[in-house]
Amino acid sequence: MKLRKNIATSEAGFIFNPATGDSFAANQLAADILARTKAGQDAAAIKADILERYEVAPGQLEKDWDDLLAQLREFNLLD
Amino acid sequence: MPLSATRPRLTVAVTGLNATDSPGPGVAVIRALRETTDFDLRIIGLSYEALEPGIYLRDMVDRTYQLPYPSAGTAALLERLQYIKEQEDVAVLIPNFDAELYNFIKLEPQLRALGIRTFLPTLAQLDARDKLNLPAFGAAHGLHVPASRSLHHAAELLAAAEELGWPLVLKGRYYDAAVVHTLAQAEQAFLRLAGQWGVPLIAQQFVAGQEINIAGLSDGHGRALSVVPMRKLTITDKGKAWAGITLEDEALLGLARRFAEATKWRGGFELEIMRAATGELFIMEINPRFPAWIYLTAAAGQNQPAALLRLALGLPVTQMEDYAVGKMFVRYAWDLITDHTQFQQVAALGEL
Repeated sequence: MKLRKNIATSEAGFIFNPATGDSFAANQLAADILARTKAGQDAAAIKADILERYEVAPGQLEKDWDDLLAQLREFNLLD
Repeated sequence: MPLSATRPRLTVAVTGLNATDSPGPGVAVIRALRETTDFDLRIIGLSYEALEPGIYLRDMVDRTYQLPYPSAGTAALLERLQYIKEQEDVAVLIPNFDAELYNFIKLEPQLRALGIRTFLPTLAQLDARDKLNLPAFGAAHGLHVPASRSLHHAAELLAAAEELGWPLVLKGRYYDAAVVHTLAQAEQAFLRLAGQWGVPLIAQQFVAGQEINIAGLSDGHGRALSVVPMRKLTITDKGKAWAGITLEDEALLGLARRFAEATKWRGGFELEIMRAATGELFIMEINPRFPAWIYLTAAAGQNQPAALLRLALGLPVTQMEDYAVGKMFVRYAWDLITDHTQFQQVAALGEL
């Protein structure tokens, strides 16, 4: 997952695409994932941390991860 | 010593005071001009109707004079401007209506002789970007524009639809447009638009996508001195932006710079853009003046009206690069309170 370089994110979970003017609201976990992605962490490390911190099965995490990616792609936020 | 005492006094006349639901740009131009640090400004409003709201914005407009309608011709306009010049030391005039530009451009030498400067496109530039000439303009400069044709009679609608497809966009000569999906709708819209704005109308290919506008200022030598793109966030039933946000997109900036370079545009302009789902940028319309949302350029860090004022006076203007991305405007309606005596003075005497 690679966010477009000019996408702005805030700690509160707001996402702003300056190329289109679109704004989105992410929940706390999605905002955390986006912040880590922007900071350069790879997907495997982020997923491992989520599995450690939350009671979630690996299969469910993969499914939710794919859903998040699909949404980000649909909103034109990924490279 | 207050700062204003060190700035030279300058009187600037501005048209387009109709800050209504289909607003003229004048009030926004004045608001931006008022932020210049170059001059201590006296603003003269030039109006056509006694109820143009800008007339009554007394903290923005120092005095207003009515002008004859553009259809009265250049002689009547010049006579009126000569009178105004006798009352006010107008140094620069900024027209803001498409329909009046022809007269002001024609009068440029006479205005200069009176001591009134303008900074306007040439007549050739004005004609080339006319809605009727847009396809030829796009072809000449390698710019994407939707296919279109002019219509003089409602009987031509069916042929236009066969050529351009449904839905079809019907546009008035200067203002107004309708998207029509059937021949019956098209005939109804034709009668309304032709009745209001005359013929020819323009039938234009419908392009679906995201509506983006670009405000720009070009020096007349091919250089865009300022370019600020804005996406409409709220659109009125007249198609006007009621809220918008500045964008960062190199493709949009590049398009506006190519436009300025190709046309050697002189003055303010607005490109109305449709970004199709494929990302392709279509120029839907080119307005030969600043748009009504021009204050957003000043708020974002590129004060285009203040820069145009310098150009009109022959002062140097450096190319502006940076602006705040994500800066928004949200327009609002506000009831100005005035007195019938003020209205009567404008209506009867043409001055306030």
